[in-house]
Amino acid sequence: MKVRTVELLMALVLALVSIAIMIKATDGLSISWVPGKGPGSGVWPFWLSAAMLVSCLMVVYQWFRGTTPESRSDELFMTPETVRIIGITVAALFLLLLATHVIGLYFSMMLFLIFYLRVMGRHTWLLTLVLSLATPIFLFFFFEGALVIPLPKAYSEPLFYPLYDFIY
Amino acid sequence: MEAILDPLIAGILQSFEPLNFAMLILGCSVGLLVGALPGLGSVNGVAILLPVTFLVPPTTAIIFLAAIYYGAMYGGAVSSITLGIPGASTAVATVFDGRPLAQKGKADLALVTAAVASFIGGTISVILFTLFAPPLAEFALKFGPPEEFTLMILAFATFIGLSGDSIPKTIFSILIGLVLATVGLDIISGKPRLIFFDIDGFFHGVNFLVLAIGIYGIGEMLWTLEETKGEVQVHKVTSSLKSLWNNVRKLKDYFATTIVGSLIGYFVGMLPAAGATPASLMSYGLAKTFSKDPDSFGKGEPAGVAAPESANNAASTGSMLPMITLGIPGSPTTAILLGGMIIWGLRPGPLLFSEHPDFVWGLIGSLYVANFFTVIINLAFIPIFVRVLTLKFTILAPMIFILCIVGGYAPTQTMHDVWLMLLFGVVGYLLRKLNYPVAPAVLAIVLGPLAEQSFRQSLLMSQAEMSIFVERPLSAVFLLIAILLAAYPTMSRLIKNGKTAE
Repeated sequence: MKVRTVELLMALVLALVSIAIMIKATDGLSISWVPGKGPGSGVWPFWLSAAMLVSCLMVVYQWFRGTTPESRSDELFMTPETVRIIGITVAALFLLLLATHVIGLYFSMMLFLIFYLRVMGRHTWLLTLVLSLATPIFLFFFFEGALVIPLPKAYSEPLFYPLYDFIY
Repeated sequence: MEAILDPLIAGILQSFEPLNFAMLILGCSVGLLVGALPGLGSVNGVAILLPVTFLVPPTTAIIFLAAIYYGAMYGGAVSSITLGIPGASTAVATVFDGRPLAQKGKADLALVTAAVASFIGGTISVILFTLFAPPLAEFALKFGPPEEFTLMILAFATFIGLSGDSIPKTIFSILIGLVLATVGLDIISGKPRLIFFDIDGFFHGVNFLVLAIGIYGIGEMLWTLEETKGEVQVHKVTSSLKSLWNNVRKLKDYFATTIVGSLIGYFVGMLPAAGATPASLMSYGLAKTFSKDPDSFGKGEPAGVAAPESANNAASTGSMLPMITLGIPGSPTTAILLGGMIIWGLRPGPLLFSEHPDFVWGLIGSLYVANFFTVIINLAFIPIFVRVLTLKFTILAPMIFILCIVGGYAPTQTMHDVWLMLLFGVVGYLLRKLNYPVAPAVLAIVLGPLAEQSFRQSLLMSQAEMSIFVERPLSAVFLLIAILLAAYPTMSRLIKNGKTAE
């Protein structure tokens, strides 16, 4: 897709998002002036998203007039190479978060690092394994031990019982 | 004078307490590294590492983060010079002359010049900061909710008037930040607002760190992945103690440039929309204009390195002045620091000086100490930083993604926020490709709750009369400046069009 196509599509999508927020802001909230008291709780989100809508429409208007560089650019928004590297990265991050709900963050981050270092970066197995083991171990002691913030473990929780005895 | 000197000395001594000092040195080193890595600047470092500071007391936390901020300003020059890629947007202007110097085999001269100029910029600005901050805070004590609100409007207006980005896109960015800040329970009525799809996670609101790490962590990494597909070439740096001293002594050639750069940096840095990047470009432009030999600029002129580097360091200190005295951040990085202060349970604004003098003076004192130690660490470890820069981005990127995820999880400890962060990161990356400015959104989500609160308090004071904002002289002045600023780009275009029509 060309930059100018994406520019228009994005402005339209953002305009729809603004409308959705405006509708949501009326949900059980007063968006009008309460006499003697000032604005209701819905005023702020409602009118701000209304203004958001206006700013999106201004972008659309500028697009039709062709006054901005983005509305005239016929360059590709993303080259195939960019799509590949960004697409794989975002998909890997998505799977990383999804896997966190099942096997916990420590194991999914290990898999993510192995994938990224070995497959994407084509680094040696030695470097890959050292980093993908050292990172979760370091984070475990830092977050659970020092900060006392337990990271999500989901079904992998029982595996950590011996380590809890160690740090607490 | 004593009123400043006594707490200042106490503040400096605070920096030397073992924990504070350790965190300060760590912060300077991390900052140098973060600044030097292409694609990462102070704002990314501070956003990703803020959650780590929950462990330590607020004063130590701010010292650590301010040291990162400082270090990053020094570090940015390292990759500008040795790689020819700015380590952070603030070091863009350093490439102009730093790169040619490196190509001539004078990378060491460029690096030393950058370090010395940064040190001078930092020193001048921190002295100005110390002198200006207490009176400004005292003045700001007179502010009531109407003044607070109009001042925030003024801060947003600077983005519209001065940033040079597309106006509707800038306005959109500000508004989306403000709207995201309203998600969750309303502070005044207690009603839930904007609970999208009835997901429980929205009840605690959208934490500003989720947006900041999403945009400046994930989004920035995606951006850099796209930019640095090619291999980067590093210039060799040879350095000895003797050549180091010789290079430091060349300071006299560009001393005046450095002083001017520091002053520009400091004052431009105070404006929320301006900050270190435009300050360094302005300083470079001025140095070139007033140079005896303007043609040497761009071909490897040390003054062309000194000018932007003194300015960007000075700007980082300058941007802390409105943050600490008025509660209005002067840059995206200080916006995140301000959000951090709220998490640590402090209320930013003029009262900080009287209620938490230890915190304020600890921060100010630490700036002196951090500036001093950063220049030492910088000069001593330049070869190591250059080595780190040769690391492949495919090692760095996944590690930073992991840091972002744990950093996004830590503040509220819900996966909901981590998912939201990924969404913001991807959307932020796409918007940035279309030249939507992202900094106003981060500033707005931090200021949003404060802005709404002061807006509604003002109207409660006036029994719902909007005229309160123009009846009080100070708030009327702020509003007037805000309107002039916001109208400035349109006005200047109309005048230009009028001239060309003649």
